[in-house]
Amino acid sequence: MNLSIKHLLGLEGVPREDIEAILKTAFSFREVLERPIKRVPTLQGKTIVNLFFENSTRTRISFELAEKRLSADTVNFSATGSSLAKGESLKDTVRNLFAMKIDAVVMRHAVPGSVKLLAQFVEAVVINAGDGTHEHPTQALLDMMSLQEKFGRLEGLNVAIIGDIRHSRVALSNIYGLRTMGANIVVCGPPTFIPYGIEELGVKVTYSLSEALSFADAINVLRIQKERQGKGLIPSLREYRNVFGITRQRLDAAKKSITILHPGPINRGVEIDTDVADSEHSIILHQVLNGVAVRMAILYLLLGGR
Amino acid sequence: MEFRVKARLADEQGLNRTITRLAHEIIERCKGTENIGLIGVRTRGDYLAKRIARKIEEIEGVKLPVGILDIVMYRDDFRMKHKLPRVEVTDIPFNVDGKILILVDDVIYTGRTTRAALDALMDFGRPAAIQLAVLIDRGHREMPIKPDYVGKNVPTSIGEEVRVLMKEVDGKDEILLVEETR
Repeated sequence: MNLSIKHLLGLEGVPREDIEAILKTAFSFREVLERPIKRVPTLQGKTIVNLFFENSTRTRISFELAEKRLSADTVNFSATGSSLAKGESLKDTVRNLFAMKIDAVVMRHAVPGSVKLLAQFVEAVVINAGDGTHEHPTQALLDMMSLQEKFGRLEGLNVAIIGDIRHSRVALSNIYGLRTMGANIVVCGPPTFIPYGIEELGVKVTYSLSEALSFADAINVLRIQKERQGKGLIPSLREYRNVFGITRQRLDAAKKSITILHPGPINRGVEIDTDVADSEHSIILHQVLNGVAVRMAILYLLLGGR
Repeated sequence: MEFRVKARLADEQGLNRTITRLAHEIIERCKGTENIGLIGVRTRGDYLAKRIARKIEEIEGVKLPVGILDIVMYRDDFRMKHKLPRVEVTDIPFNVDGKILILVDDVIYTGRTTRAALDALMDFGRPAAIQLAVLIDRGHREMPIKPDYVGKNVPTSIGEEVRVLMKEVDGKDEILLVEETR
């Protein structure tokens, strides 16, 4: 039952057995979330630091809940109001934190690879909560858990990832994870959003939304990251919606039921319309619940028995 | 580790007789079946609980609710184990508040599993009472816990182990006393 990985830095290269163990364990932990007393003593005495150098609502709360549900002690750290603002380096800040005897760190940082760097100079378990445009492994795992729940399998499943693939760590982690599990992937978006050479990761590319929809059992609709726009990659949000927005009309035209995922936060009326996001085909709120369960599973599997 | 079978404690018929007796004892002591819920501790305790429930249904014509408890999340030996135990799903499909819960396990040894199971059950509500039913009591308790219903008392040494095999997982019904040979 022990994982072969020591940290969760990304899903690139994570073996299938590990992903299967995480998903299976996550389904067991999800039951805890339905109990009257939603807490188990599994990680009692472990201390976990949540280091968030970038804004986050869902992921931070989800991690914190997962930690608390497992009875771990948690410390939250956000870059604003810390010594980083006084000019201390990341390495010094983190080394000082670890001198206080910490078992694990969950980090989000704007720089791709920062989490890997951290893992090289600390003794604790390191979990990536999103490193820039690189990876966001726990998001992909909760997406996979939600798909597994809906379809009963991942092998052979047709998944289309739609939107800003180039700036999306969610897309990259999903591609690595789903490919390992044997799903077929199409990425779809305007050419400026599709990174050069993405086919080498074993995915197909289409610039036509209707083609992506006719292929897909499920679509993962990415958020248009307004904070990473302004580079002239798309003419306007309105134009994007007109060509790539998921609307009722376009889904009806596909003439089959397509399951909809979205990592949140949703820009309603841009990448997806409100009625679609809230429709019966959307499993967006399942994703949120599964997110807590998947994070509990990862914490248990990486921190238990140490 | 290698194991050698030292004794066969029960065969299919023997196991069935013991389950029948446990079922009778439970309804006798509880004066019927009212308000009872069975909770089986994974793994094998859950199959055992289902069999006891079936037996009680044969005797009294009442179907008792059965829940399955996985206690891995409540164990006290995480730091000592080299291999991390697999966490399975707990499924208690009824409200435990005010119920008399019969906790069912195959073998009681140190009592630590029962301790963990009691902690786990408390997180599901406030039962009226919890009673413990085991197939085999092999002694060597490390906790102040005593089962209410015992299938067989089997005095053992520390190097021995009691293996309960059940059709549902092992393909046959049998209880064995085995010894580590290394």
